[in-house]
Amino acid sequence: MLPPLEAAASRGKLAENVMHFARLLRAAGLRVGPDRVVDCVRALEIAGTDRRDDWYWTMSAVLLSREEQRPVFDQAFRLFWRDPKLTEKMMQLLLPKTYGRTPKPEEQQSQRLTDALFGQKKPEEQPEEQKVEMDAHLTFSSREVLQRMDFDTMSAAELAEAKKMIRQLRLPLPVIRTRRHTPDPRGARVHLRATLRESLREGGDVIPLVRARPVEVHPPLVVLCDISGSMNPYARMFLHFLHALTNDRDRVHTFVFGTRLTNITRQLRHRDVDVAMTRVADAIKDWSGGTRIGVCLRDFNWRWARRLLGQNACVLLVSDGLDREAGEGLAEEMERLAKSCRYLVWLNPLLRYDRFEAKPAGVRAMLPHVDLFLPVHNLKSLVDLAHTLGRPLTRKMEKIAWK
Amino acid sequence: MPTPLPKSIDDTLKLLTSADYVADRSLATALYLSLAMQRPLFLEGEAGTGKTEIAKVVAQSLGRDLIRLQCYEGLDIAQAAYEWNYPRQMIEIRMAEAEGVKSREGLEQDIFSDRFLVRRALLRALQPLGAPPVLLIDELDRTDEPFEAYLLEVLSDWQITVPEIGTIRAAEPPIVVITSNRTREIHDAVKRRCFYHWVDYPDARRELEILKRKAPKASAALSREVVAFVQRLRGVDLFKLPGVAETIDWANCLVALDKLALDPETVNNTLGVLLKYQDDIERIAGDEAARLVNEAKSAAATA
Repeated sequence: MLPPLEAAASRGKLAENVMHFARLLRAAGLRVGPDRVVDCVRALEIAGTDRRDDWYWTMSAVLLSREEQRPVFDQAFRLFWRDPKLTEKMMQLLLPKTYGRTPKPEEQQSQRLTDALFGQKKPEEQPEEQKVEMDAHLTFSSREVLQRMDFDTMSAAELAEAKKMIRQLRLPLPVIRTRRHTPDPRGARVHLRATLRESLREGGDVIPLVRARPVEVHPPLVVLCDISGSMNPYARMFLHFLHALTNDRDRVHTFVFGTRLTNITRQLRHRDVDVAMTRVADAIKDWSGGTRIGVCLRDFNWRWARRLLGQNACVLLVSDGLDREAGEGLAEEMERLAKSCRYLVWLNPLLRYDRFEAKPAGVRAMLPHVDLFLPVHNLKSLVDLAHTLGRPLTRKMEKIAWK
Repeated sequence: MPTPLPKSIDDTLKLLTSADYVADRSLATALYLSLAMQRPLFLEGEAGTGKTEIAKVVAQSLGRDLIRLQCYEGLDIAQAAYEWNYPRQMIEIRMAEAEGVKSREGLEQDIFSDRFLVRRALLRALQPLGAPPVLLIDELDRTDEPFEAYLLEVLSDWQITVPEIGTIRAAEPPIVVITSNRTREIHDAVKRRCFYHWVDYPDARRELEILKRKAPKASAALSREVVAFVQRLRGVDLFKLPGVAETIDWANCLVALDKLALDPETVNNTLGVLLKYQDDIERIAGDEAARLVNEAKSAAATA
């Protein structure tokens, strides 16, 4: 399955070739530092270079750090270790773009570059998954409004208000206790190590108790934000809020959904809000379309829940609950979601209307499974919520009875 | 008695096979490199694919001690690396007081000395009694990020710093195996100090070989059917796919039921051994199971 190795792989040129290979990987978005290049050369010398598959697995062990990188690595490996000349030519094509204009290529860009690069040279190696995905889109494209999100339409006043609010925002989610302890004069526990040290300061005659309390941290936060047509006025402002949130603390993961689920965590990580929003706009393909909450939640539950909802994660679900598919399969997925996370908060913009009733099928299906149901029609309501939510995050079991 | 480390990838493969671990060459390569270059081996993969087993097999076949550190949320230095023996320290202070020792410095040095140090897994791995042991850091994804950060010092420099004493350095680094179920991403800083290997589900041939060793009582025909069935099951869109551990359990379970071949009824009754989610069981039980059994039977017959 692997191509035969060229003579270029002989010892003399080994280090140089590995270096070029690492540069290719780096340009394709893999984080391969110089330390790994050095390791790789040593590893190849140790493992021996007689067998092609040993060569491949050695490089994979040293240079990869997650399984998702393998497809890119495979492509690069096949291409590079077949004909170094070809790669050199391509590196020349690649380098001015990546290193000339932007000093540090972001993964997203380089991915596109790689696709373009490999697509041009070897059309048959185009990943087939993409094709499948396109087919899937077509099947329900009639219902899906493929519309690009346009932030220019947000009025200047709206933007100014949003930015002002975002500055004041503190996350309205309380902290959780960990099992670690930190010294605190009013703590409930005795910090033995510190106590003994303290006692020695006095010569060992008196042993003053040093107290400790559990450390409290913010739980990981997963945000699922509805961006369907009915959510249009709110979702935009909320994205600004999410950007502030993502950059304020770690362990925040953000997804948006309309007719399909999109992970925009990486896009939101960019410090500059405008750049981040442009990237989000590029990533979202179903802006202001219909809503298929059940399908999207199912997608999340299957693909992401087990990777993101550990460590007592909280889920913030932002949606109006108006589901195109009338809540079909929604109750099951909500139940699973609620059971996989520590705390499920539903922020609903429709709640600001006093006469809002749980009439739509989607709302009725979702309501029994949420721990907290709150309004979110503007950012100010979020700010106001901060103090009402100061209590510890515990799930009340008796609540289930009357719901 | 520790056996010498393998000298090549082929040796490593032989070593694993001799200890009844059916590995593919990619794993042997990663393991050999980590042994030869004294780096930790980072194993990632779904639950039940035999990650923990690798560490056990390495320890057993190389004749080393296995020191296991099971990770959990809130794991801290006191449980992972070392702790001071507070009750004994207190007694020591009282004794010193009774004897009328007044030197504070002397007392401090006395109290925070090696004698009062309780060694936990990490420190024991760095200061073994015999040959360097195998240190298994199991399910690292279950801890939080601060502990990962603490591991960096241990994994890159093979040392632990105890503020009261100083730095304790390993004479010879232990063999470290880290496993992760990927319930969250481990930070790159840890990963780049390790050799990475993704432990995948085995293919049919390898799984059959595993069954031959781990469930020897199952007849060859039954094993073939079991493997063919499980392999097909992994093709279905399930919430949790059955791992090798489940295959072995299932084969043993069928042997206990005196089955010589698969039939839809038995499969339905024992599906709980393979699938651990009610949704998955509901989906497979009945017609789907019958279909898969038929497919598996015909595939096993032609194989």
